[in-house]
Amino acid sequence: MKKPKVAFFDFACCEGCQLQVANMGEHLLDLLGAIDVVEFREVMSEKWDKDYDIAIVEGSITDPHAVERIKKIRQRSKILIAYGSCATIGGVNGMKNNFELDDARKYVYGKQYTFFPSIKTRAVHQVVPVDYFVNGCPIYLPELVAVLKAALKGIPYYVPDYAVCVECKLNENVCMYERGVGCMGPVTRAGCNSWCINNGNICYGCRGMVSNPNENGAKDVLEKYNIPMDLVLNKMNMYNKCRELKDNE
Amino acid sequence: MNKRNIKINVEYLTRVEGHGNIVVDVQEGKLNMCNLEIVESPRLFEAMLRGRSVFEAQHITSRICGICSCGHTLASIQAAEDALGFTPSEQTIKLRKLLLHYEILDSHLLHIYLLVAPDLLGVKSFVPLIDTHNKVVRRALRMKKTCNDVCDILVGRHVHPISAIVGGFTKLPKVKDLDDMLNMLEGMRPDMDASVDLFKAVKIPEFERDSEYIGLVSDDSEYPLLMGDLGSTDGVRMQKKDYRKMTNEFVVPHSTAKHTKLSRDSFAVGALARYNLNYDKLHPKAKAASEAIGLKPKCINPYMNTAAQLVECVHCLEDAIQIITDLKTRGVNYDEEILVGVNEKNAIPVKAGKGVGAVEVPRGILYHEYEIDEEGRMVHANCVIPTNQNTNNIEHDMRKLIPEVLGKSDEEITLALEMLVRAYDPCISCSAHFLNIKFVNR
Repeated sequence: MKKPKVAFFDFACCEGCQLQVANMGEHLLDLLGAIDVVEFREVMSEKWDKDYDIAIVEGSITDPHAVERIKKIRQRSKILIAYGSCATIGGVNGMKNNFELDDARKYVYGKQYTFFPSIKTRAVHQVVPVDYFVNGCPIYLPELVAVLKAALKGIPYYVPDYAVCVECKLNENVCMYERGVGCMGPVTRAGCNSWCINNGNICYGCRGMVSNPNENGAKDVLEKYNIPMDLVLNKMNMYNKCRELKDNE
Repeated sequence: MNKRNIKINVEYLTRVEGHGNIVVDVQEGKLNMCNLEIVESPRLFEAMLRGRSVFEAQHITSRICGICSCGHTLASIQAAEDALGFTPSEQTIKLRKLLLHYEILDSHLLHIYLLVAPDLLGVKSFVPLIDTHNKVVRRALRMKKTCNDVCDILVGRHVHPISAIVGGFTKLPKVKDLDDMLNMLEGMRPDMDASVDLFKAVKIPEFERDSEYIGLVSDDSEYPLLMGDLGSTDGVRMQKKDYRKMTNEFVVPHSTAKHTKLSRDSFAVGALARYNLNYDKLHPKAKAASEAIGLKPKCINPYMNTAAQLVECVHCLEDAIQIITDLKTRGVNYDEEILVGVNEKNAIPVKAGKGVGAVEVPRGILYHEYEIDEEGRMVHANCVIPTNQNTNNIEHDMRKLIPEVLGKSDEEITLALEMLVRAYDPCISCSAHFLNIKFVNR
């Protein structure tokens, strides 16, 4: 079998997800044995001018130039994988959408803010069609491997659509609500093995919301533990603000 | 003098973190323009932080950069604790120093092996090295994996650490964790020795330009990375709260970019700057490695920044082993494990204030400055990133370098410039959220 041509691209992001790939250590060589990486700017100077079998895209779309660039990448790619919260749900870049855009730009860049074109933050699928999603900030490596296997075989990958709590319970963590702290676990998609709660922190919702969050259940929980709703909504908007974007924005 | 015309335009410089271009214009042997352009999309982090709880600042600013997320975490926590007037415990400080060692080790190794080694071995990336230098690639990935694994144990993961927050750690390493980390780090020593041997054999370009070198300084005998005053090789010393006087950001007349300077035209931060400032405080093994690879203070060849990184790797590895050994001897106090959350019932009292964090991260000194209101909400944030402080110095290096290499082919000049920029290990993802973008007539 001919090795598929794979390219890695990054848009507005911290490049931590590609670093997660590098963190595979020697397993990276096994991965490289199965695919032919033709472009990966951060670690390679080589360029490729033909079509890609798989494009793996990190980062959010935050300026007009990026919109054009992702459209071109889509045209040249048979399969497009969005990986990392910035690409799959907008991630922390979406917090920009909490503010009037020009106001945020002026705050950081002062009078010269018009030099830096900017649009409302969008996840990749809010601009072009996406075939596979690898959620998380950063990505959880076992999931990336599962998605790559599915993509190479041409079969679908289903992101778990149940709450992080399911995994958290299996890991026998004390519930953060029991400890008096609000947590995004009950409304966030699982698949990370409750990574943050295992390490004593809360879930921040980086994998996006489940498709059918139990809103009334969540309200009851907040009421029971006396945790203000606005605090939780504020937390929700740390990663998930882009969910509110309309098609014409 | 060579009367050549040269136009170099390296778009999307490869093997650096983030997006940057090099633009050079030489007319009849005279250098008209020589710029390092930053073209990363703006991400507006400082604006996004406004209104958020200071207890969330670490989680958010860690996402400025995946490569130095532990460094941003530590600078952010320091700024937040300074603003809140909170003093961390001795044990917490020790564990943070350990985390910073892991970060510097990991980042330097990535830079030395995956980003710079291909230049020194004459190939375009580490991929061809898998066939030609399989042992070297395997060693690099093995060392990288070890850094990653010890970070997983200490803070949950290396990219965007989980348990290091304002006030301390949400999870403290158990005895078995300490043993595991110690075994892994001690197991890394032979690979570190082999790395030093490898470096002895490679040829670093010869080029010198004396500059001012800036980093943390202190009066004790410890190589300062997490805490200290700000100091320079030109004899400046001030407290971290005065960091703006140290960076002196200014707008250059021919562009809108903000640059930095102190006593001279430009200054440098990073491994070489720290090495030049604090050589005496390095671990004896690091000093031995330094001698073995032919690095001596004060070194003014910017290409040698990579060599200084290797020396720091040896130092960080040895000091990390020492810290863990100390922790094992003294035992970890698990009562210090803290609970996370903005609604953590005032475990840390909140008051209005201002604070600065100044931490030596892999690429140089990183500043975070926060102002918070009486409810702990962020009113103002400012981050000054090492790469921003180096950009001006890189351009001054390029201006001196270009006339010296004009006799070479365009390809060779381009490579020399790319290697120069890469030697500084610029992290453009970090720098791009800040005003440091240069516009030329295109």
